[in-house]
Amino acid sequence: MHVTSPVRTPLVTGGKTYADVTEDICKQVEGKPTRAWTIAFVISFVVLIYGTCCVFWTWWEGLGVWGLNKTIGWAWDITNFVWWVGIGHAGTLISAILLLFRMKYRTSINRAAEAMTIFAVLCAASFILMHMGRPWLAHWALPLPNTFGSLWVNFNSPLVWDVFAISTYFTVSLVFWYMGLVPDLATIRDRATSKVSRYIYGAFSLGWNGGAKTWARYEYISLILAGISTPLVLSVHTIVSFDFATSVIPGWHTTIFPPYFVAGAIFSGFAMVQNLMLITRVVFKLEDYITFEHIESMNKIITLTGSIVGVAYITEFFIAWYSGVDYERYAFINRAFGPYWWAYWAMMTCNVISPQLFWSRRIRRSITWTFVLSVIVNIGMWFERFVIIVTSLHRDYLPSSWAMFSPTMFDIGDYIFSFGLFFTLFLLFAKFLPVINMFEVKAIIRSASERLPASVSGVAKGENVTSPTYNKDVE
Amino acid sequence: MSQHNDSAKFLVGVYDDDEVVLKAVTEVKSAGVRIHEVYTPFPIHGLDVALGHPRTRIGIAAFLFGLTGFLCMVALTYYTMGYDWPMIIGGKDHYAYPAYIPVMFEFTVLFTALGMVGTFLISNGLGPTTKPLMFDLRSTDNKFVMAIDLSKNKQSETEIASVLRASGAAEVNVKQF
Repeated sequence: MHVTSPVRTPLVTGGKTYADVTEDICKQVEGKPTRAWTIAFVISFVVLIYGTCCVFWTWWEGLGVWGLNKTIGWAWDITNFVWWVGIGHAGTLISAILLLFRMKYRTSINRAAEAMTIFAVLCAASFILMHMGRPWLAHWALPLPNTFGSLWVNFNSPLVWDVFAISTYFTVSLVFWYMGLVPDLATIRDRATSKVSRYIYGAFSLGWNGGAKTWARYEYISLILAGISTPLVLSVHTIVSFDFATSVIPGWHTTIFPPYFVAGAIFSGFAMVQNLMLITRVVFKLEDYITFEHIESMNKIITLTGSIVGVAYITEFFIAWYSGVDYERYAFINRAFGPYWWAYWAMMTCNVISPQLFWSRRIRRSITWTFVLSVIVNIGMWFERFVIIVTSLHRDYLPSSWAMFSPTMFDIGDYIFSFGLFFTLFLLFAKFLPVINMFEVKAIIRSASERLPASVSGVAKGENVTSPTYNKDVE
Repeated sequence: MSQHNDSAKFLVGVYDDDEVVLKAVTEVKSAGVRIHEVYTPFPIHGLDVALGHPRTRIGIAAFLFGLTGFLCMVALTYYTMGYDWPMIIGGKDHYAYPAYIPVMFEFTVLFTALGMVGTFLISNGLGPTTKPLMFDLRSTDNKFVMAIDLSKNKQSETEIASVLRASGAAEVNVKQF
């Protein structure tokens, strides 16, 4: 007999045993690719090839192929950059911040969410390279001794901080994700039947054998990695917001930007996690691991962060008026009622109104609603960055410099490139690596499973397990 | 993990349940048997304490790596901005350190993460060419495996086997490397 507190809803349904967890998740890695996967991969790859051609042409011809003009020097490139970095933030939030808060529902979604982080940061970094125009000079952003005498990068510049923030974020996320994968790769290695996969998974699992001393150290470093990733993820979007906030452009020069950007990042990232996980759970038949409880918990975070973003929009508007600065006031009036009114109101509708629908439990637990609203949230978050960047620039101080931005096929093609890259990488991940963290799910199964079969893990005969002893002591 | 010699002979107790193995560690130890190590598919809290493993000191290493990263960036920003090519930007001091706090923080985090994980891999002997010492392949799936080094125990093989069975082991196997 096993007793689970009725206060908590189960996180693993279907009465899974430890062996079931291994079997259900390794099945995807070991089996042949499914039809759905193959079709999705071919589409993503074709999109990636088309996008690569567009990026190649952007670099070959120069940034003139974009719709930029002398007034609007930043448009889709930086919009896309901020959008992708923001999406990445949810992965770190799930794996690091939810670990510190001991949220058990993270265990089924952290692996895929962290993979999403890494791929999203790669997409973001590709826009940094693209908008440089001359990517072969990208190393100029690093503090390297150079041929022009000892002229260094300017450490006062938020753009230089960004170089360090994004590269640190990518590296630490990759390390965190990989360390999480090692024990699961060892599981695949030990089940492998072919020599090739035993060799490859063997090399990547680093000789892991799950000794108690190794586990103890492993848990310790996971905790520290979570502890340092938490301020790191907050710093990354803070520094991204500094790119704007430390400038003196009306509409950008705002102290509210760091918290507002971080909340927006988590908001859009969770929406993307929802989109990915809702498809993955159906295609890979993981409904017992990614339950309505998980979907609902994530929707609650979407509502919370969406509300923070909404308050920030309104505060921004109020402060623009309260500042008494004509330029600042104009920037905001122009945003809402100028020629880009449609972008502003698209942002307001998608980001402020739509997540409020999740106050209804029925909508929160509906797959269709969750999927549609998550797409809407990400459209809204793209418009948020577009509104901040383009509408603050397009009406310059002199009316003779006023301009509008219209994207060319290369603006669009370069954006499409990032989708191709993102989904190609994600699909490769979903096929060749375990999409759910097996060892962490096994570790919570005793306390968070819906029901345990009589022989959960084969409890010794005549022995009744009434309460999870290790949970009582440690958590 | 300590390395074994080539002819080491082990008695391997295979347990079906994480709570049983946790209790079994205490029972086996009180029967006077020295446990080599317990291998589990997921971390069992309290197992390292039951086995008497000392608390890891990897946190100290992490702190020192972080400190190194921080000092490296202090040195780099000081050298480039304050010494090698001092410039007056915005009428501020050459070495306007508040503006360098973001990069100092990033370097602290970067060095902590890489240094700590590197230390972890080295101290556990983990690497792409490491051949895993597996007492039972199911210990990364659903079994909990207790390994007893026979050369380090005075008792006979049958005595230890009965201790393992009494503590709840479902199988007791012999493993020779």
